[in-house]
Amino acid sequence: MGRPTTTVRRLGAQAARPPGVLVLLGLLVAATSLLPLGFVVVSAAELGPAEAWHLLTRPRFDDLLWNTTRLLVGGVALSLALGVGCAWLVVRTDLPLARLWHGVLCAPLAVPAFVNGYGWISTTHAVQSYWGAVLVVSLSYYPLVYLPTVAALSRLDSSVEDVAASLGAGAWSSFFRVVLPAISPAVLGGALLVGLHLLGEYGALQLLNFPTLTTGILDQYRISFNGPAATMLALVLVAFCLVLLGLEMLARGHRRRSRVGSGVGRAAARHRLGRSAPAWSAALLGLALLTLGVPLLSLLRWLVRGSSSSLPGGDLAAALTTTLGLAVAGGVLATVAALPIAWLAVRYRGVLVTAIERAVYPANALPGIVVALALVTISIRVVPSLYQTLPVLVVGYVILFLPRAAVGVRGTLELAPPVLEDVATSLGCTRTGAARRVTLPLVLPGLAASVALVSLAVGTELTATLLLAPIGTSTLATEFWSRAAAVEYGAAAPYALALVLLSAPATWLLGRAAVSRNPRRLA
Amino acid sequence: MKRLPLALSLVLVVALGGAACSSDDGPKIVVYNAQHEQLLEEIAPKFEKKTGIEVELRNGSDSELAAQLRQEGEASPADVFLTENTPAMSAVEREGLLAPLEAAATDPIPAQYRPDSGLWTGFVARSTVLVYNPSLVSEDQLPASIMDLADPAWAGKVSFSPTGADFQAIVAAVLDLKGEDATRRWLEGLKANGTVYDGNNVVLESVNSGEVATGIEYHYYWYRDQAESGENSDASELHFFGDQDPGAFLSVSGAGVLKTAEHPDEAQQFVAYLTSEEGQRALADSYALEYPLNPAVSLDPSVKPFAELEPPTVAVSDLDGDKVVELLSDAGFVL
Repeated sequence: MGRPTTTVRRLGAQAARPPGVLVLLGLLVAATSLLPLGFVVVSAAELGPAEAWHLLTRPRFDDLLWNTTRLLVGGVALSLALGVGCAWLVVRTDLPLARLWHGVLCAPLAVPAFVNGYGWISTTHAVQSYWGAVLVVSLSYYPLVYLPTVAALSRLDSSVEDVAASLGAGAWSSFFRVVLPAISPAVLGGALLVGLHLLGEYGALQLLNFPTLTTGILDQYRISFNGPAATMLALVLVAFCLVLLGLEMLARGHRRRSRVGSGVGRAAARHRLGRSAPAWSAALLGLALLTLGVPLLSLLRWLVRGSSSSLPGGDLAAALTTTLGLAVAGGVLATVAALPIAWLAVRYRGVLVTAIERAVYPANALPGIVVALALVTISIRVVPSLYQTLPVLVVGYVILFLPRAAVGVRGTLELAPPVLEDVATSLGCTRTGAARRVTLPLVLPGLAASVALVSLAVGTELTATLLLAPIGTSTLATEFWSRAAAVEYGAAAPYALALVLLSAPATWLLGRAAVSRNPRRLA
Repeated sequence: MKRLPLALSLVLVVALGGAACSSDDGPKIVVYNAQHEQLLEEIAPKFEKKTGIEVELRNGSDSELAAQLRQEGEASPADVFLTENTPAMSAVEREGLLAPLEAAATDPIPAQYRPDSGLWTGFVARSTVLVYNPSLVSEDQLPASIMDLADPAWAGKVSFSPTGADFQAIVAAVLDLKGEDATRRWLEGLKANGTVYDGNNVVLESVNSGEVATGIEYHYYWYRDQAESGENSDASELHFFGDQDPGAFLSVSGAGVLKTAEHPDEAQQFVAYLTSEEGQRALADSYALEYPLNPAVSLDPSVKPFAELEPPTVAVSDLDGDKVVELLSDAGFVL
């Protein structure tokens, strides 16, 4: 991605040395991003081996570890099966109404996992088990595998398969030996995302009564605040995340996937489903009933019954206002924080700049609960006047979602190489005029998109908000949570609906982006 | 970096929005409230109307707010602390954060519901009960003592919420009455027999829907649901242990004034209002259905009368929250 700009920089008039202010700002943002990891390292050092060993040998720890491990294995496996299978059906077969199915298969992302858990548990107790937990979280998170797999399959060069077929490989053999290796980076990336989401999941698992490391941290927090037990669990949780990252890198391996020439542009032949087509359509319909039917129907049912109380107009409006305020503040701040990082990365490559840019991304793998615990501890110890205040909550959001903003802002800034400003000045514009008339119009839509993307994520965040929201500050997610956790399903329903509506636009954008480069192949 | 001022102002707007509800005419007290939020939202406006003193509620759980008070120390903005159970209040008392209550606040409450120190007072109480599903366990099979629930006969038939302050207070009472060894054995038995849920409402719903036969919790969850709709309680019944059994433990909700209160007089007035006949009447008439401790006031007769509870004698200052967490940890309920 960075290559073209390298050339551009050589042509452009920019100084190779980045301005000091920019570097300082970049360092500040990078340091903030690294706070949670720093907290984990420092806490580990402070705990000491004796105390750590004591906590790791407690009876409860075995339960949490075992549950977390088997949930990861089951949830990732089921998400992979669903995600890859559905992507294959939609992109590579003559499934009727493929475009419609694509929308339906992306849609579960618009139902936050904790709302999905609420839909299930308020319908049946049968999901309060290991298999129930695996089912519900997989139904929520399989789109994270499905979307990148669809994108990879759509862009796959079909000539390789033709060669395999000409060499005598059957459909299955060609899928496993040619297609799967080619799309494996996308599939593995999706599996990694599912794994990280499962590690950080709190709401759904708490409702399904399936304790893991993350729910354990919140339990400990309620009992003894940010005590050593919560810290120890956070440490183990981070270790899990690192192991996942490592596994994904190992599985990805060093095989080369490049090719010579541009390949053929035509779409791969679609496998004919023939008489089994209705059966596959029925299977997808069944899946849609589980992913969307159950949570949405149960939500509607509770909305209609609303038995726990009448519609909470005032509370709902207050929570909505707070949520929107926080979402906009988080979106804007994360985008602003991403600006110096992305600007440096795009216009001034170098060791320091690369280090600054890379420092932002580890937070992507950190569960919200760890970020929250870190900020609680740091604010109490270092700046007690900030403890339990909104700025800390917003900083938490920025750390959590900065990686998303950074990717988006960087892509945007690459649209406006300095050479364009050079051309503008050569045509008589002043420097500031060029920035205003050339660069700004180019990057503004991208920045707005970044603000929107982060805002939507902030609006439905639950775990970190539960810990960091100042006492008395209620968001849609926390209001939903306090009602759902108290079995007031009817009273929770309006908030659940608001959360679904809030998640819908981002889901729509993601679904479109997965197929946008190759729209014809889905038609 | 043109957008930075904009972003900052947005943060400020959000921050001020949170604080905007509190205009500052007249004195205002900050109440750290671990009692049920709805209850205080009914009572506080009545107090405000009567005295002109504004009340700002900061709601949280027992241990959360106790920990926050300890961390904040002298800098705490809190004037009044209200708990659901006594261990959290005792913890704050041990830290030396409480000021002595005035007689007006303590006199209406019988001495057994107050510590000898006079640093806080009980203001409402809740009775431990066993909620049961008659289709899964018949009335004559019910245990005589809460200690029996640890017997193998109850395997798979009991539920509770060990991460909550309520169950921890019950364990504290068992510890006080039966000693450490018996409490350990009891918890081990419960661990083997029981289903753990998060929250007492979940316990009630699970018993009512037939997921599990019985649940240990306080009386008012069932009564509140009955008063509201009965949706989560119509298929279940309450069993009061009585007979001074640990299972009849009466947990006291406490009220105290912080030493560092910015408005100590108003804070004392607030606690005095909570214990006064008028305040206790308001508490009794609310949705809460917890027992008022002022003998001049009693609950609606549909709730089992206070005089018939036969609770064991547990001194309110004796409950040891830290030891309970240690025992729960050894039994594998928490880390």
